[in-house]
Formats: sequence, C-alpha cells, structure tokens
Amino acid sequence: MTGKSTLAALCLLAGTTHATDPAALQARNLAANCTPCHSADAPEPNAIPRIAGLPADRILQRLRAFRSGEAPATVMHQIVRGYGDEQLALIATLLASSP
Amino acid sequence: MNRRRFLRSLGLAATAAPFLAACSSAPRRGAPRVVVVGGGYGGATTAKYLRMWSAGRIDVTLVERDARFVSCPMSNLVLAGLRNLDDLTASYDRLRSRWGVRVVSDEVVRIDVARRELRLARDGEIGFDRVVLAPGVDFLTEQITGLAGNFECIPHAWKAGPQTELLRRRIDAMPEGGVFALHVPKSPYRCPPGPYERACLVAHYLRTRKPRAKLLLLDANSEIQSKKTLFAAAFAGPYKDIIEYRPDSTLLSVDAQTLSAELEFDRVRADVLNVIPPMRAGRLVDGLGIPLTNGRWVDVDWRTMEARDLPGIHVIGDAVLAAPGMPKSGHIANQQAKLAAAAIVELLEGRSPDPVPTLLNTCYSFVDDRNAIHVATVHRYDAAQGTVLPVAGAGGLSSAASEEEGRYATAWAQNIRADMLA
Repeated sequence: MTGKSTLAALCLLAGTTHATDPAALQARNLAANCTPCHSADAPEPNAIPRIAGLPADRILQRLRAFRSGEAPATVMHQIVRGYGDEQLALIATLLASSP
Repeated sequence: MNRRRFLRSLGLAATAAPFLAACSSAPRRGAPRVVVVGGGYGGATTAKYLRMWSAGRIDVTLVERDARFVSCPMSNLVLAGLRNLDDLTASYDRLRSRWGVRVVSDEVVRIDVARRELRLARDGEIGFDRVVLAPGVDFLTEQITGLAGNFECIPHAWKAGPQTELLRRRIDAMPEGGVFALHVPKSPYRCPPGPYERACLVAHYLRTRKPRAKLLLLDANSEIQSKKTLFAAAFAGPYKDIIEYRPDSTLLSVDAQTLSAELEFDRVRADVLNVIPPMRAGRLVDGLGIPLTNGRWVDVDWRTMEARDLPGIHVIGDAVLAAPGMPKSGHIANQQAKLAAAAIVELLEGRSPDPVPTLLNTCYSFVDDRNAIHVATVHRYDAAQGTVLPVAGAGGLSSAASEEEGRYATAWAQNIRADMLA
C-alpha cells in the first residue's frame, strides 16, 4: 500500500464481487483511457511500456512521479494532471488486475 | 496474499478474464442486438468493447463496406515514401474469432429509426435494439467549383486507400522545381494537425528528392489549427526554403485541366494540386431525419453518445459535433467508442451510464522521417453545462520535435490498432 487513496480505492472495490459496482465500472472506464497507447494486446517489443499486470503500487507511484514532475516525461506529466488521486488509484488498481 | 490476488479473489478481474470463454461463442437467443455501422477507429473499437464489457451477452454485428481496415493516421508517411499502405492495413478477423463480432461486408442504404431496422445494399434487413453509427466524414465537394468528379486529377487523400497511393504517385512524378499546392478547409475538419503534418512530410520528401520544388500551403483558416508553435517552427526552420504558408486562403474554384486554383485573393498554378475538401458527417446520418448542427454534424448526449432526442441511436467519431477543444481524431473516436460501449452495456442491463465520463486524446504528428510532436488533452463531462470540457491544467504540447516522440508515434499507431482489432 502506498497511500490513503489507494486504500480508499481498495475499500471501494472490496465491496464488490461483480463488475456492476460503480467504483469497479469507474475504474474500468478510466483505465480504458490508457489502453489506446498501453494496450495489453500491444505487440512486443514496444517503445511504449506495457502496464497491464504490474503491481498497483508501482503503477501509482509512477503516475504520481509524472504528476509531480519528478519522473521525466514527454506526455505523461500532461496527461496525469487530468486525473485526481482517487482516479489514479482506481486506474492503477484496475491495470494491475488486467491480464 | 498480494493485492492483485486479493482483487482477483473479489472478482474484480471479472472486467477482464472470465468473459474470454463466453465471448467468442455465439450469443444466446434473445440476447440484445447492437449493430455498429462503420469499421474505422470508432466503430471497430465499439464492436470489440461491447463484446468484452458485456462478457459476450450482447449480440454485436459490425457492418463495414471495405473488407479490410485502413488507417488514416500515419498515411501522410506513405505520401513521403516512408511507409506502404500495407503497413496501415489490417484485418477484422480477430474481431470475429476472438471477440465473436459478426462482421458483415456490406453497406447500409437506409435506417428505419421507428422500426429499429437497417437495410443493407446486398443482404436485406437487419434489426437492432441499439445502433452505433460511425460513418466518418463525407466531402462537400460542391462548395468548390470544378472539384466534383475530379478527384483523379486533384486527389484529396483524406481517406486512406487508393487516394493515398494516387497522391503519392503524383508527388513522385512531380517535375524538378515543381509546385505542390495543398489546400486546408475551414475548421472543423477530420484531423486538425493532419494538413500541417502532410506539408512537413511532403516537404521532407521534396528536400531529399526534388530540392528545388516548393510547397504552397493554402489555409482557409487564419492560422495553423493544431500544434501551432511546433508546426510554425518547422515551417520557419528546416522547411523555410520549401514551404510557403498562406493563411486566409479560401479556395473558390479549381481547374482540373490546368491544375490551377482560384482563391479569394489570389490565383495559383501547381504541378500537384491536393485539395482537402470541406467536410460534414457521413451522409448515412441523413437517414436519421434530425437537423444537423450547421447542417454538418450530429449533436450528441455526451453521457451515452446517443444523438440528441434519439434514444438508442448512438453516433460516434468524426461525424459528431465536437465538444469544446475536442479534435476529430482517431484517438478521440477510440475514446467515444468506449464511452458508447460502456453506456450501452449499462443501459441494456437497466442501469444508469457513467455520470462523469472522461476521454483522453493524444495525437502525434511527424515533422520528418524521424521526429514527431504531440498534443494531449483530457476531457470530462460537466453536468452543469451538459457537455464534455477540457480538464483545466491537463494536457499540452511537446516542447520540441524529437526522435523519442517519433518512436512513441510509431508505437501509438501499433498499439491503438491492437486496442481496436486484436
């Protein structure tokens, strides 16, 4: 666990056993913003890193580092600023659970 | 137990894994039927995601005229001899075999909104519970005198395919010291940065192959419509002896014999004349019997992508009246497709769609054979205004063209294709 918002997201998700839960659906829809570039079906090798299946806290840490400017980026720093902490946590959790 | 396994145990992975068994099998009898018309970036993505997110519970038919998908993004590279059209062409086979989409090679000739039925040119009628129209754009050729019927002599190459090959041959055959004239229509049009990327890539070709040739960029708009500072830097820098940018150049008429163009305040003659015509929503939407905004675009409910006041009739992609700051791009079509698919799955289950949908746009343009630039924006539904607005503080442009972004641009094209068709 890396932060309160991850915990909060997990608590939200923990109440669900089906993808009809609003938080799970929100996570799925938000993560679908990422997949045009970071598709789980993308061919390897690939200049754009594959995210699906990485540990959630690692994904979240990276997203936050883009937002703070700590991690160098061409475009990710501009993109992550469009999402709040809770949303980034949902995205990280969902992508981590993707096959 | 790690978090991933924890989530799996909760069934969160239900969004991804368990449907795989169900989705390639035939849908049950009585399953809701959704027909998607148009297999471009928007339509193909909708078909796949409807099957994925409904875990195969929705019967999905994709009606597409052409046997294979051809990408408009990256097609400017073909003009510069840096890609082949084959590189941009893909099959719909995986939509069939992996996702269980019924892909029909046919054309819709009529939409009966009241009876929830489409008539196909070859294969009779097809009923639906909901329909997703992704017809792209059609040209308003008649707005430029002399253009109608002359796309062989004056290619548009604004729909990838034979027109792309044709324009490439024209460029190859251009005489030394010749003039390539490119006309940009007034906004809105498909792919705002596309004409300026084309200017750069053709100029790149000219400087390597026909160094004395010139490129006239005749823009009906009063300024560069996307990535302005970055394209302006390319026009003023590496291409300063090749590209001449002329804003406020509204095209009135063309002569296909002499390849001359009459503009509002000027007249030019070219060796290759490339006119991107003014455009509107694909004419398929005329069958809906609704007024189009400015006579051109379909206004939609951004929570579902349904045409305004037409429940069950979704319209996505370039045909849509864009929300503020939203481009007509393949990437946005992908995002609208997922918004529509998510809403349809919820609505067919009797639930409410996502109240705050978010869309992301990242659009790369090449400025030469290696270096690319991007624009990115994030867009979110604003209930108070009833539309989707750019998220303040997010998005932006490249600081400068780079080879690193050139590699990302190439990967983007591969990856978004996988997101849609794999």
